[in-house]
Amino acid sequence: MSNKAKYKTAPLKCWKKAKELRLKYYDDYAKAHERGGLRWAGGAWTFSAIPSGLGEDVVSLTSEPYGASIAYNKEFSLRCLEATEKKGYARDLCSYMRNYWGSILLDEYVFGGPFPKPDFLWQDHICCSHAKWYQVVSDLEGGIPHFCIDVAVGPYEEVAPHKVDYLVAQMHDGIEWLEKTTGRKYNDELLIEAVKNEFRSTSKWAEICALNKNIPAPLEEKTMYSLYVLGTLNKHDKSTADFYDELRDEVQERVAEGIAAIPNERCRLMSDTQPPWGFLSIFRYMEQFGALSVGSLYTFGLVGIWEDKPDGTWGPRTTPMDQGIEIKDRDQALRLYADWMLSKPEWQHFYSPHIKTEMMIRIAKEWHLDGVMLHYNRGCEGLSVGIAENRLGLIEAGYPVMAFEGNMGDEREFDEARVKDRFDAFMETLDMKK
Amino acid sequence: MASQVGLDQETFETFRNWRIKRAEYAKQWKERTGGKIIGYFCTYVPEELLYAAGILPVRILGSHEVQDVTEPHIFAMFCPFCRDCLAQGLKGRFDYLDGITIAQSCLHIRQSYTSWEKHVPVDFSYYLPMPHHVQSKHAVPFLIKELELFKAKLEQWLGRKIEDKAIEEAVEIYNRNRQLMWRVFELRQGESPPLTGEEAMEVVLSSQMVDKREHNAALEKLLGRLAERTTDRPTGTRLMILGSEDDDIEFIRMVESCGATFVIDDHCTGTRYFWNNVEPNSNQLAGIAERYVKRVPCPSKDWPERTRVPHVLELARKYDVQGAIVMQQKFCDPHEIDTPALTKALNDAGIKTLFLEFDVTVPIGQFKVRVEAFLEMLQEDDLF
Repeated sequence: MSNKAKYKTAPLKCWKKAKELRLKYYDDYAKAHERGGLRWAGGAWTFSAIPSGLGEDVVSLTSEPYGASIAYNKEFSLRCLEATEKKGYARDLCSYMRNYWGSILLDEYVFGGPFPKPDFLWQDHICCSHAKWYQVVSDLEGGIPHFCIDVAVGPYEEVAPHKVDYLVAQMHDGIEWLEKTTGRKYNDELLIEAVKNEFRSTSKWAEICALNKNIPAPLEEKTMYSLYVLGTLNKHDKSTADFYDELRDEVQERVAEGIAAIPNERCRLMSDTQPPWGFLSIFRYMEQFGALSVGSLYTFGLVGIWEDKPDGTWGPRTTPMDQGIEIKDRDQALRLYADWMLSKPEWQHFYSPHIKTEMMIRIAKEWHLDGVMLHYNRGCEGLSVGIAENRLGLIEAGYPVMAFEGNMGDEREFDEARVKDRFDAFMETLDMKK
Repeated sequence: MASQVGLDQETFETFRNWRIKRAEYAKQWKERTGGKIIGYFCTYVPEELLYAAGILPVRILGSHEVQDVTEPHIFAMFCPFCRDCLAQGLKGRFDYLDGITIAQSCLHIRQSYTSWEKHVPVDFSYYLPMPHHVQSKHAVPFLIKELELFKAKLEQWLGRKIEDKAIEEAVEIYNRNRQLMWRVFELRQGESPPLTGEEAMEVVLSSQMVDKREHNAALEKLLGRLAERTTDRPTGTRLMILGSEDDDIEFIRMVESCGATFVIDDHCTGTRYFWNNVEPNSNQLAGIAERYVKRVPCPSKDWPERTRVPHVLELARKYDVQGAIVMQQKFCDPHEIDTPALTKALNDAGIKTLFLEFDVTVPIGQFKVRVEAFLEMLQEDDLF
């Protein structure tokens, strides 16, 4: 099969802006105290819109993207991992968590300066390590107030009023706790604004990902990592929602004009779980074969919120605003927010790998895939849970699968040469040559 | 390996036989009663509800044999225990089960359930979303609703109602078992405990496999015998064992052959299983929900406060513990995260610790060297 350029390609116009927004986020967090603001830390999946009700000067540091940022800096990451291990923590724990704890132990912020201690911890819990992560952060920092919301109420297909009630009741407690902990009065208007931003940004990201169903794909996954990250940092913030509007317009334009992510696209793949952040060059290696990853359940569903469309396809979930719902008070905002988050695709597999397999097969069909690369990621038990069953399910559905072991945040557990060899063999089975 | 304890073995023969011949027992029970059997994967499953429905709940445990059947189903970064459990299903060793269930706990054991559900067909399968935030006042109301759904599902499967009266009776039988177990364990507080850690483990493990009515009768008989039991076996160093799931009898036996006795534990195959009663409640499901939310937690649910730390320290004090073996199943994240804090708390309280990582099989020889060195160190403390 020819590996010649078939499509025109062009860099993303809003690329620079994405980079700027990300760096501004980390800078704002570091400087929040200088500006009289508050800092909080919590997971990328936490209900980040809720602390926004404390004021516009309240900023966050989300844990997983911060751990990934450290992983990208291999020298610093190794020092962080070793500092954590020296303190007695097991080497097989979540590698984001170990990078993050190491950054505290070394008192070094990967973006420069000492580690900026958060004023409070605001987390959610679906993976075994979520709440426990911040128990240790609190230990290491000499005690930081910690609030965590349990979201593990079962898959969204079984959602029921008492499940939403459980989340909402914890959220109400959380708001009381925030007022007590910070001494600030809570502003429901700011909450409602932030929740609406989050509906917009997470639905819009799904819309952007859905555009990758087109052939040629306007985006490839390595690029998408730099774009979806904003939804893991500040999904409730207007800047993210506005940026995703702009990005959606640009990607739509690319589709209309036939602008491809790579000029020689001929083999469409998807990956799974977080990539090995220190080795993103493997995605460029793939391109030598004309292969690209058009995304993954991880890239699509970690941030994006989806729904079944009337034509049976998977598309962005219609926001409450687009349904004509006017959000009038705190309880209503929290209720809609809980229901929205419970439908997150990446929360479903925690209950059954078979639900995830169905979603992956759906992606494989609708995004016109030729194969799947599964990253058996030793760094993340939450996203690797059930991955072996996913492999079996995909094979049964007729998709060629390449599995490779690695670690998203611990370079000591990733063998680049071996993975490339394995990829060569995978390409050969698909009749692809460089 | 022959027992090193030098005590009369027949006292515990019943319990030991139940554990070893669990499949035989289950099949006979089924024949005798005509009832159904459900296998469960975690001690957060509210067994009372199953028992009230005339079902025998049996815990699915591993076999401690090297196996090669789970690799295609569970990624090797997950704990050996969850893979060992699944292996039992794939090898057909639980072919007497009519159903399986799990109450939400850690991600590891959950995979044994989800793979079993797909590859080892059973009539009934249920995932109970047991809340994680057990320190929240909202966990009990949420679990009550979930128990109602679970009950309805069971009723639909069985084709009959589970009456309140039956639940009340099941609760009484289970509470009785807990009280009897408490009494057996209290005897271990004495200067010369009338039972070893190995024997205590046999008692608890068997209770997870047999009809509680029969287990209660055996416990009552046991208590009568223990009251008169004298032992020429020196107690030696008084140890505690705590950590992940642990049914490694061979390891316990080895340690107790080195001049030590396990006097207490914090395991889901030990005290965590029976420590808390269902308190009287006019709403039976509310009473059960309260018990499972407020029981001594698995570390996966022990947040934001680490309530297990004061509980473990209190056990150590009550049972006059001189040293603690902190074990974990390899890759057990919730325990791994708690280990540094728990070890520090024990050390700060003057209790030295030995950390050991368990796999499906443990290297008894190597562990023996480490255990002996640990005991030697503790005995030196006694000298000076």
